[in-house]
Amino acid sequence: MQNIQRRTLLKTGLAGAISGLLMPNHSKAATFDGYTESMGVLVDLSRCVGCRSCEAACNKEQGLPAPDKPFDDMSVMKELHHGQKRRPDESHYTVVNQYDVKGIDHPLFRKIQCNHCNEPACLTSCFVNAYTKTPEGAVIYNPDVCVGCRTCMVACPFNIPAFKYSSAFSPRIMKCIFCYDTRLKAGKPPACVEACPNEVMIFGKRADLIKLGWERIKTNPGKYVNHLYGEKEAGGTAWMYLSGVPFEEYGFNTHLPKEPILNYVKDFLAAVPMVLTIWPALFTGFHLLATRKDKAKEEKNGGE
Amino acid sequence: MQNNIKSNMNLPIASHLKEDGTPWTIKEKIFLGLKPSEYISHMLKNPVNWGLFLIFAIGLPLIAQRYLMGLGSVTYASDDYPWGLFLGFGLFGMVPLSASGFMLGTSVEVFGAKDFKPIERLALLNGLLGYLFAVIYLMVDLGMPWRIYYPMIISFGPAAVLFLVAWHVSTYLSVQIAEVSPAFFEWIGWQPGKKFIKSIILGLTIAGIILSTLHQGALGALFNYAPGKVHPLWYSGFLWFIFFCSSIPAGLSMVIAVSAICIKFMKWRCDKNFLDNIDDLTLGIAKGCALGLITYLALKMISVAHDNEWAYLLTGWGQYFLFEILVTIIIPLVLYTVAIRNRNAGLARFTAFLTVIGIVFNRLNTSYIAFNWQIFQEIPHWKEVIITITIFAIYFVTYRFILYRLPILYTWKNN
Ligand code: SF4
Ligand code: SF4
Ligand code: SF4
Repeated sequence: MQNIQRRTLLKTGLAGAISGLLMPNHSKAATFDGYTESMGVLVDLSRCVGCRSCEAACNKEQGLPAPDKPFDDMSVMKELHHGQKRRPDESHYTVVNQYDVKGIDHPLFRKIQCNHCNEPACLTSCFVNAYTKTPEGAVIYNPDVCVGCRTCMVACPFNIPAFKYSSAFSPRIMKCIFCYDTRLKAGKPPACVEACPNEVMIFGKRADLIKLGWERIKTNPGKYVNHLYGEKEAGGTAWMYLSGVPFEEYGFNTHLPKEPILNYVKDFLAAVPMVLTIWPALFTGFHLLATRKDKAKEEKNGGE
Repeated sequence: MQNNIKSNMNLPIASHLKEDGTPWTIKEKIFLGLKPSEYISHMLKNPVNWGLFLIFAIGLPLIAQRYLMGLGSVTYASDDYPWGLFLGFGLFGMVPLSASGFMLGTSVEVFGAKDFKPIERLALLNGLLGYLFAVIYLMVDLGMPWRIYYPMIISFGPAAVLFLVAWHVSTYLSVQIAEVSPAFFEWIGWQPGKKFIKSIILGLTIAGIILSTLHQGALGALFNYAPGKVHPLWYSGFLWFIFFCSSIPAGLSMVIAVSAICIKFMKWRCDKNFLDNIDDLTLGIAKGCALGLITYLALKMISVAHDNEWAYLLTGWGQYFLFEILVTIIIPLVLYTVAIRNRNAGLARFTAFLTVIGIVFNRLNTSYIAFNWQIFQEIPHWKEVIITITIFAIYFVTYRFILYRLPILYTWKNN
């Protein structure tokens, strides 16, 4: 009797130890300060004229399929799907949309692509670690390990990653990679930045761009709203924006938290090791207590 | 089947030997002791099977289409709704309904509540099949299902909530297979297997508690990745705890609901022990459901109060939210209480169905309807709906196949 019990206990303990090995290790992400030398892009929305040159350049650079409508067709920038403007999808890493704001006599334009977050939600939510934040600042993706669960799409606060739903045998996530392999790695600015005829985007060290952004806001009173979008949003992003009108007018999500998305799951992740260590002992104890009377009876009757 | 049992005293099979002392072969056991021709003619007589055939005739080709032509050919391929019905119903809905295994396993094996023994196996089987089919739904939804084992051995993202879900669901699935296997060992007549499981059952059960607590919660925590996307009334910082707590009444109600179907349509397969005890067991489990629902209700209220979301209750979303709370928590709670007080097992059974539907409704609301509330609401593609129904039909057939044969609702004789 005694023996059997001890053995069962041992086995429970063992199960605890094994699962202990699988405890999520989130300390790395929690203490990581980010790459201080990483690059970024400052986008001055007030300068964008909606020529779509950046879209065309990206399409070429990244070898994406030819678009349904040519890049000089400006009507697409007003298209609505389910009442929504266009978003990056499986054949567009970046899109430019048009916004007509009351009180302003000309249309406004906004380029959308991955913002290359400092602590990317796509990266932290991926269970096979398909994403990497490179020291240069890019958030890149490895299609060879991706399982296609699409959690990264749920997690990205900017709704950037898209899925290649059209493919049965080699689907993958499609998203802007900051032209990492072809340009950023060598210190060169991305294709879209270079293609812009109006110098809407400035490529540089993220830290310098923050200074530059605030300088522009301060030295041009009344030209910009007092907000450098991306400096703090969701823990900070490599791509940041200046705007002459409130960011909501461009469809930016201005309710995003300042902290990285990972913080929202930390409570749960912290509870995991607790459950793993406390539960086995607790429930074995319950078991011994609850069956004490039965055991005593059995032993009286001569045991098993 | 009923008529056969009347005319043949050997049926239904509940031991290794026929009345005349000759053993049943496995083949005979599979055909329930009927001749194959009899078996097939039975099958064709049952109108339920015609319904199933119809579903399979439409659904199976669509599943083939999904694998040959991609997810985009059977869904709206939405980048804004990366998780559709397959996960909204199949994963987020099926998993809480499968909490029954660990709940009753814990009561019987850990707390020594022997009176629940007659229904323990049904609860374990319900858990096992629920998880199994949640994984099958996942296999339909994953972009690259052939890589499903990647998080186990190829590449690790240990800070991800889904990493936990993957590990825990797969280990728990093996734990549940072990827990249900004694029924199978009895049926094929292999004693050593049964003895071995008996010797490790406590360890298995406790492993089950740990794994269940964590991954029921983890499914909720997955939505903590989308704080701005899920409507604030459904979102909460401790969503993982709400998901865990609501899985308790969900799993328990599911066993009541399944047992209700069994005693109505499968009475021939239940033994006296099961039939005599089922009303008491139903009411006993109903108590657990009521307690679970109170906790769930309290947590829902706390989550609204904690984030100070009262103003949202006055909007259209708020009315929908209150409707959900009323129909899926408060009404079941009242009905369960009345059922327990008046010892009305029939009412408890009705309430169990309501609760089961209610929890699925809550999971669909969280993962689908209140998701992207600021953007737009998507309606699933009809093919997506049919595939979801088809897999549920396969689940139903598997469930029935096992209940007809293995000693789940009855006790194996002369062991
Ligand atoms: S914007 Fe989205 S996809 Fe890009 S790095 Fe951030 S979380 Fe990832
Ligand atoms: S879809 Fe791929 S990249 Fe995205 S979270 Fe899943 S496994 Fe990771
Ligand atoms: S950085 Fe490169 S990949 Fe990203 S939008 Fe610009 S051109 Fe495309």
